[in-house]
Order: sequence, then structure tokens, then C-alpha cells
Amino acid sequence: MKNILLCGVGGQGTVLASKILAKSAMERGETVHTAETIGMAQRGGSVVSHVRIGDDCHSPLISRGQADVILAFEAAEAVRNLTYLKDGGTVVVSNTAVKPVTDALAKTDYDGQVMLDYLARQSVRLIVVDGEGLIEKCGSAKVLNIALLGAAARADVIGMTVDDIRHIVETTLAPKFQAMNLQALEMGAASV
Amino acid sequence: MSKKFVMGNEAIALGAIAAGVQVVTGYPGTPSTEVLENIVKHNPKKEDGTGAVYVEWSVNEKTAMEVGAGAAYAGARVMVTMKQVGLNVASDPLMSLSYVGVKGGMVILVADDPGPISSQTEQDTRTFAMFSKLPVFDPSTPEEAYQMAKDAFELSEKYGTPVLLRPTTRVCHGYASMEIPEERYENIPEGFVKDPKWVIFPRLANAAHKRIEERNRNMTAELSVYAGNTYIKGSGRKAVAAGGVSYAYVMEALSILGDDVPVLKIGTPFPFPNELAEEMLTAVDEVLVLEELDPVIERALVHLAGKKHLPVEILGKEDGTIPSAGENSVDGILAILAAYLDLPLPAGTVREEPPALPVRPPVLCAGCPHRASFYAVKQAMKGRKAVFCGDIGCYTLGNAMPLDMTDTCLCMGAGITIAQGIGRVEPDTVCFSFTGDSTFFHTGLPNLVNAVYNDAHMVAVILDNSTTAMTGHQPNPNTGKTAMGEVAEKIDIEGTLRGIGITEIATVDPLDLDAAVAAAKHAADLPGVSAIIFRSPCIALFRPDKMYHVDTEACIGCRKCLRELGCPGLIKDGGKKVKIDSSLCYSCGLCTYVCPTGAIRVKEEN
Repeated sequence: MKNILLCGVGGQGTVLASKILAKSAMERGETVHTAETIGMAQRGGSVVSHVRIGDDCHSPLISRGQADVILAFEAAEAVRNLTYLKDGGTVVVSNTAVKPVTDALAKTDYDGQVMLDYLARQSVRLIVVDGEGLIEKCGSAKVLNIALLGAAARADVIGMTVDDIRHIVETTLAPKFQAMNLQALEMGAASV
Repeated sequence: MSKKFVMGNEAIALGAIAAGVQVVTGYPGTPSTEVLENIVKHNPKKEDGTGAVYVEWSVNEKTAMEVGAGAAYAGARVMVTMKQVGLNVASDPLMSLSYVGVKGGMVILVADDPGPISSQTEQDTRTFAMFSKLPVFDPSTPEEAYQMAKDAFELSEKYGTPVLLRPTTRVCHGYASMEIPEERYENIPEGFVKDPKWVIFPRLANAAHKRIEERNRNMTAELSVYAGNTYIKGSGRKAVAAGGVSYAYVMEALSILGDDVPVLKIGTPFPFPNELAEEMLTAVDEVLVLEELDPVIERALVHLAGKKHLPVEILGKEDGTIPSAGENSVDGILAILAAYLDLPLPAGTVREEPPALPVRPPVLCAGCPHRASFYAVKQAMKGRKAVFCGDIGCYTLGNAMPLDMTDTCLCMGAGITIAQGIGRVEPDTVCFSFTGDSTFFHTGLPNLVNAVYNDAHMVAVILDNSTTAMTGHQPNPNTGKTAMGEVAEKIDIEGTLRGIGITEIATVDPLDLDAAVAAAKHAADLPGVSAIIFRSPCIALFRPDKMYHVDTEACIGCRKCLRELGCPGLIKDGGKKVKIDSSLCYSCGLCTYVCPTGAIRVKEEN
């Protein structure tokens, strides 16, 4: 059994990443269950996707301390969901910090680095992906999901290889998006 | 047979198609919406290439229920879909339909929303099933939802009664890899046969009441051997009873705890499988009941234990052992079960207190035209006594700071009528209602007729974004398309308003802020009922054709744009000034009106 938790802010692409994980597991003949955040909560809110691979799971949701890996599209969301991680689990986190509207209104400045520093102090295997840098380089925030999957695959924690993801990019994405996604994949994998 | 990765709601749609459903009607509402959408997606083709299933998004749930009932009278297999609060709207036809009955199988899919995550109430459709005296199926997984959709049609046709299928959010929106057989039951409708039984009259109602009570009493034995109700024997004198997704949580928690306590799983909370439950009640001393929303299973067990004089302690919501509101989780159930079974909880990892986390309440999207509409009315009413009665849709988010433009929100269409009621008590207040285009046709229309006929004084604002946005862009009478993708003549909102006697109607693009403010100011001083149609499409319906940026030379760092609009596309630039998040900005241009120095400008193409 493998439990993968994806988290981020609505619109970052967590759902697509969880679909890729599920599809790949099904191609390996595994049973998959996932659960997504849908509806009002999506609009700029915190979103979580639970991916559970294996025959022996009952609940659609991962319980606390049971996730093998957390793929976080946003630094504070990694911290928010850390309670799901099992002992010795892996956190793959993008250094992107999405500021909520409440931050623009309030006097406090939310700083993503504080979140990354907190994660670094915890006894977890931490892989930081330079999401800021790769969004700048690839010219789109939409590539973040492929980069995080690339890092997790290189770290060997999601049951997929970097080649598996490359194959999905090459066979399912429109040709005009392939180059930037393959670039993101390499950059993500190189974070490990 | 092929393995597919399907959402719970898609599994229900596929189950209904396998059961030979021929007519599907509904009104969108989270978490039910994808059931009807997946009927459209998987609609089997007839020889002429058209869909074998007639599918419609009806204007409201009552309409959907009645169209469905007519089709079932004529012998078709029918599914009607809605969320739990939608059943309130449809309850008038439902209550009578329970007495009248149906010929073709009729399954009413009502999705409940423990939490609630996207709803006004935590009402329980299992309780509604008891009230309306209709059988209800309560699936615990997407896989079971597929099977129960088929079983519900069988039960419905066998007894000539509508049957409820009640999944909850976690089942609706959970995905599972499932074997889906290629099958479709072929039902040939007999057609409508005239008979006095289709006309509800007091004498007929009396006879029907007797009949349905007796049928429900007799159904418990049949349901006690139904595969969706199971008694998993185990060791010890303590047992657990659960239904819906809570059953899945119980099994997960028990596998973590490594315990084999007996478990009673309830898949048909009404009629209750009494014979099966009695088998468990006679074998144990204590039962812990885990369910969401109302204590339906708990009360059924207490009732049965009392009736059979069984010395069993039943723990659940009524004694506070489990929370009476909110959704369950494996973690919550794990702690409750560990305490109940005197087992140690697995040791969790203790970590240092995390830093303060950013709060992320849902907000109107960057570029949403509703933000402009609310801002315009707010500007127009500055310094005046005014009340803003909101409604159900994305625009309920107009309540968030800094807009703060939703003073009331009750139920579909009620903004218009609440405004009338407040105006009767406070004649010196300018009463505005805000109603989306889909909500306008849902229940807004009769409420406006009421306002006009009874000479209310109010301004009815129609927020026309040409879609049903919150639930994922379903067609409505204002979109010119049907659920099946066919082109339909739009029902003109302005013409409709004129038709019911409103003469003062302004149709304005809210993104033209000056015109929008002027329209609101003008309408506020008119007698009687006046209307403003703020017309601008939802951002999901188009791509922006220009980009805006902040000229940092011109920006004086006053942050008025941040303070007044609360747009996610406007962020602090790290220093005092503001920048535009180009990945979110939809170029609505509203902030250009707000900026005192004109620093926000269209970006020239390089």
C-alpha cells in the first residue's frame, strides 16, 4: 500500500497530478482510490488530493501519520498537511509561496521561507523544488505538477520513474506544451 | 469488462445507465452535479446517433422531480438528481409522489454534504426518507454506489415507488479504479395508461398511506438479506454499527488498531433491516454507532432494542460519544474506537508547533464580474441606508472582506423576497437583492412577481454571467444550450422582467464602473420595483485579450486597490507597492478605476 498526499492552492494543478499518479498505478495493475477537493472550497482555498494505491485500503482519505509522501505545490500547505506524513516519510515541496487575499489586506507579510525553514527542522526527508525558478524559466505556472512528480519519481517514493512521467508527457500532452513540461520534468528531477 | 478510474458520481451515472435509465432530470448542486453530467458523457447512442437517454438540466428541483414523475408514470426508468437542500424545493411533488407511486423505476439521487463543505445545512436525506416514507440506499464507496444505483431501480420497479439514493460528498467525489461491465437493461415503456390512481384525492391518499406503511414494515425482512446490509461477526461483547462512508472509516480504523470487533453495516437505513440488526443486538452488550448527520441508525437500534426488550447499551450521538455535527474522519473514529475498545492509539509523531499559517477563505476569482457589480453598488450607496440581500451562487462570496456586500443569504431565490420583507419594516432603507441568472430562473421569478404585484419598493439586481458558475458551468435558460448540447432559444431576462410589469430596467456591463455606479444610484431613487441587469460573462467562458501591469513609477503605494477590491490578482510587490500576479489576472480592468494615479495600465505587446 502506498499513500500519497498532494496539497496546494486551488488552481495549481493538484488534481491533474493525482490523475497521473492514479493512471500510472492502474497501468501497473494496482487498485487506486483518490479523493479531491471540489466546489466552493476550490476558489483560492487550500486543496488536498489523497491518492491511495493498493488493495487493502477502505477509506478514500489518508489518515494522520499514514502518508508515505507529501507533494506540496506551496510551502505553507506542506506545513498545514505535515500531520498526515508517516515517520520517515518524504516531503517534496515547491518553494512557491501563494499569498492569500487576506495577506494583501492584513499588515502581516506571509513569508514562504519561514515555512521551508520549519520543514527543514523536522525529521523528514525534504526535497525542495525551485518552483519559482522553473516557472520563470518555463514561462508558465502550469508546469509545477510535472516538476514535482519528476522530483518525487527521482526520489523513488511514488512508484513511478522519471521515464514513466516522460512517457505520459509525450503521449498525452499537446505537442506545443511538451517542450516546457519536459524541461520542468528535468529540473524537478535534478532537485533530488 | 474494462477497468476504469471513475468518480463516485460517475459510478452512479454508469449504474443508472446499466439499469436502463431513459430519462434523467436534475438541478446542479454540490456534491451531486457530476451524476447528470456523466449521464450526458456516457449516454449510449441509438442507431440514428442521438443519445438513448433524455437528459435535462431543469430550472429547479421541483420541476425536475415532476418531469421525472411524468416519465415514470409512462413507464420509463427515471433518475432525478439534486443536492440535499434541492430536495426541500422538490419536497412538494415528492411527498405526494410517495402516495401515488410510479410505474417505471424512479431513483431520486440526493447527495448529502456532511461538514457542510458546500451547503447551507447539514440536513440528512435518510431522515427525509423516513418522513416521506420512501426506501433509501446509502453507499459507503464509489464501487457500492454503482451497485446500489442498479439495485435501487430494481426495488423501485418491484414496489412501484420512488426510491432515494443518498451518497455523501466523500463518496460522490471519491475516485476508484473499478471493473465496469458493458451492460444495459432494456426497458420498453408501456406508455401512460389512464387510471384514477394517477389523480391524488383524499380517499386515495388514505388508502395509499395504509399501503405504504404496510409495505415498509414488510420490507425489513427482504432488506435484512440484501448484500448492502451486512453483519460481520467478530469477537467480544462489544459491537460497532456504521453506515455510508463512516463504515469505510470504521474498517480503516479497525485495520490500524488490529481489532476484530463485530460490525453491522447499514446500507438501507430506511426501511431498517430489523432482522439483521436483531441478530447483532442479541449477541452483544454494547453497540457504538458511527454515522454522519442525524442519529438514524442509532435511533433505529434503540427502538429495536426497546421493542425486543434487549439489554444492550447503545452509544452514539444522543449521549455525546460521537459529535452531533460535522463530518467524520478516520482519525476521529480511530480515537473514539480506541477509547471504546480500550486499545492504545498508535503513537503519532510529535513535532514542534508550526508557524502561523496563512488563512485561505474562498474568494471571488480575479476578474470575476461579480466583484465589479458589488463594488459599483457599494460606491453608489456610500453614505445611504441600504441593505444587500444576497443569494446562492459564486456571488455569495460577495460577503467577504473588503467587499462586504452580502447582508443576508438564506436559500435559492430568497434574496428578492427577504429584501421585500425588510422593506416592509424599514421603508427608509434602500433594499437591493442580488440574484444570479440561474437562480433567477430557479425560484427568483415567482418572488419578483410577488414584489411587483404587491408593490414592494426594491432594486432587483440580476448578476448575469451567462452560466451556472459555482457548480461548474451547467446550462440554464439564459445560456442558449441544453444539457444534451443542443442549441435552444434563450429566455430573455429583460423581456421576462418587462413581461411581469417592471418598467425600469437598466442593462449595464459592470466592468464599465462609472455606468454601473450611475445605474445603481438612479435605481435607488425610483419608486416600486426596479431592476439592474449586470451583464458580463464568467471568466471561465473566455480568454483575456490584453494584459495589465502596474507602472511602479506611478504607483504611490497607497494600496487602495488591495484594500477596496480584495482581488487575488493584486499582490504586494515585497515593498510598499503593488504588482499584478499575471498568472491570475483576467484583465477585467476594475482596478484601473480604483487607482488614484492611473498606475495600472494595459501592457503593450513587445
